[in-house]
Amino acid sequence: MRAQFVLSEIGVGLRRNLTMTFAVIVSVALSLALAGGSWLAREQVSHMKGYWYDKVQVSIFLCNKTDGTDTANCSKGAVTPEQMAQIKSDLSKLPVVEKIYTESPQEAYQHYKQQFAGQAGIDLLTPDQMQWSFRVKLKDPQQYNVISSAFDGRPGVQSVQDQRKLLDNLFGLLNGMTYVALAVLAFMLTVAMLLIVNTVRVSAFSRRRETGIMRLVGASSFYIQMPFIMEAALAGLIGGGLACGMLLAGRYFLIDGGLKLQSKIQLIQFLGWGDVIKVLPLVLVVGVLMPSLAAFFTLRKYLKV
Amino acid sequence: MIRFDNVSKTYPKQNRPALRDVSLEIEKGEFVFLVGSSGSGKSTFLRLMLREERTDTGAVHVLGKDLNRLSNWKLPHLRRQVGTIFQDFRLLPNKTVAQNVAFALEVIGKPRGTIRKTVPEVLDLVGLAGKDGRMPGELSGGEQQRVAIARAFVNRPLLLIADEPTGNLDPQTSVGIMKLLDRINRTGTTVVMATHDQQIVDQMRKRVIELEKGRLVRDQSRGVYGYQH
Repeated sequence: MRAQFVLSEIGVGLRRNLTMTFAVIVSVALSLALAGGSWLAREQVSHMKGYWYDKVQVSIFLCNKTDGTDTANCSKGAVTPEQMAQIKSDLSKLPVVEKIYTESPQEAYQHYKQQFAGQAGIDLLTPDQMQWSFRVKLKDPQQYNVISSAFDGRPGVQSVQDQRKLLDNLFGLLNGMTYVALAVLAFMLTVAMLLIVNTVRVSAFSRRRETGIMRLVGASSFYIQMPFIMEAALAGLIGGGLACGMLLAGRYFLIDGGLKLQSKIQLIQFLGWGDVIKVLPLVLVVGVLMPSLAAFFTLRKYLKV
Repeated sequence: MIRFDNVSKTYPKQNRPALRDVSLEIEKGEFVFLVGSSGSGKSTFLRLMLREERTDTGAVHVLGKDLNRLSNWKLPHLRRQVGTIFQDFRLLPNKTVAQNVAFALEVIGKPRGTIRKTVPEVLDLVGLAGKDGRMPGELSGGEQQRVAIARAFVNRPLLLIADEPTGNLDPQTSVGIMKLLDRINRTGTTVVMATHDQQIVDQMRKRVIELEKGRLVRDQSRGVYGYQH
C-alpha cells in the first residue's frame, strides 16, 4: 500500500465531491452532537436522581387529636406516647432504615412558618394543628414499599408519604425529553447514512474510469475501495470533531456562560467537564466507523471485482 | 495457456446464446486473431477470458486457472498477468502519459523505485520516448493506443488481450500498432486480438478463429480474414 498514492486519491475524491462531502460532514456533526447531547441529558437525569434521592425521605405522619374526625386511620384519636415509642423502635429494627428524625408539632410549625414566610393566610394554622412525624432516611431510596407496607394503617399513623413520588413526575418528564432526543437522533442518523451512501455512489460513479482501469490491471478490491472508505472516514472524523466542539460549546453555553444555569439553579448539580469529555472519544469513534461501514457496504454493491 | 471446453453463455433476457459450445486451445506465445461480425460473440469470448463474465456451462482455463473456480480475491492476481487494450484506449485524461502508465503499477502496490525505472523503459519500447510529460489529449490516436499498450505491457503480462485495438485508427497508424503488437508477441507474450480489420489479418498471416452467431466456425493457422462484410 503506497500511502502517498492513496492520500492523493482521497484528496481528489473529496474535492470533486465537495458539496456532498460538506453535506456529509454537517449531517454527521449534527446527528452525533444530538446523540452525544441526549446521552449527556440521560446522564444528567440519573445524576440528578442520585443527588435528590439522597436528600429525600419517607415521612410517617402521626395522628393529631384534630384528625380524628376526618381521617379514617385516626378514628381512635391522637397517637399515644406508647404507640409512638413502638413505631420508633420498629423502625429502627428495619435493615433498610439509615436514620430517623423525629419532628414535633412545634418544629413542624416552625418549618412551616419558615417555608411560607410572608405569604397570606400563614396565621390560619396553629401549632396544635400540626402533628408528630418521623422522617426516615433509607439506605436505598427504592425500598420505600417496605416502610409503607409496615406502617401504613397502623394505629396512630395517619399516612406514609414518599417524597420520591413527587420527584418522579419531574424525572418522568425529563426522561420523556431524552426519548424525544433519541428519536430525533435516530432520524438524523438515518439521514446521515443515506447521505453517505449517496455520496459514495456519486464518488464511485465519478471515478468509474479510474476504478475500471484499476480492476483491469489487477488492483485488489481492498486497494480499489480504500480511497472511498478513507474519504468517508475522513468526512466522518471532521463531522465527529465538529460534534465534539458543539457538545463542549453546548455545555459551556448552558451551564457556565450564556444561560448560566449553574448560578441560576443551584439546587441542581450539573454535569462537569469530565462527564462531557468522557463522551467525546465515543462520538469520534462512531463518527469514523459509521461512514466507513456505510461506504464499505455501498461499495460492495457498486464496485464489483 | 487458454482453453475453452464446451463453453456456452447466454445473457439474461436474451433468448439467443452469445456463445454456443465453443471449445479451443491457445498455446503459449501464439498470436491469434478473433474475427466475426458484430454480435458474433467476440466480446463475450474476451470477457470470459478476463472473467468479466462467467460461463453458463463449460469451463474456461486461463494461465492454468479454472476461472469458474477462481475466488474473487485471487482474481486480481490473475489480471496482473493479463494485459488488456481497447478500441477507445481508456486512458485517464487528467494524468500525463507517464502517470497513466505508472498508475497501473501504483495500484498494484509496486515500489516507487521500480516504477521510476520501468515506466521510461516501456515508453521507449512502444516508441513514445520523450513524450512522457504529455497529456493524452495532446496525442494522436495512434500515440494514445501506444500509451495504452505501454500500460498493458508494463507489468510484463503473459497474455495480452486486444479488443479491436485499431478500430479507431487509420490504416497506416494501424500498421504501426500491429508491428508493436507483433514485437510484444515475439517477447513470448501470447496475444489474442479481436478485430474487424481485414487488411491486417490478411497481412499478418496468423492463426484466425472465426465466430458466427456464437459458434466457432473456423480455426485456421496462418489464415486470412475470409469474412465478407
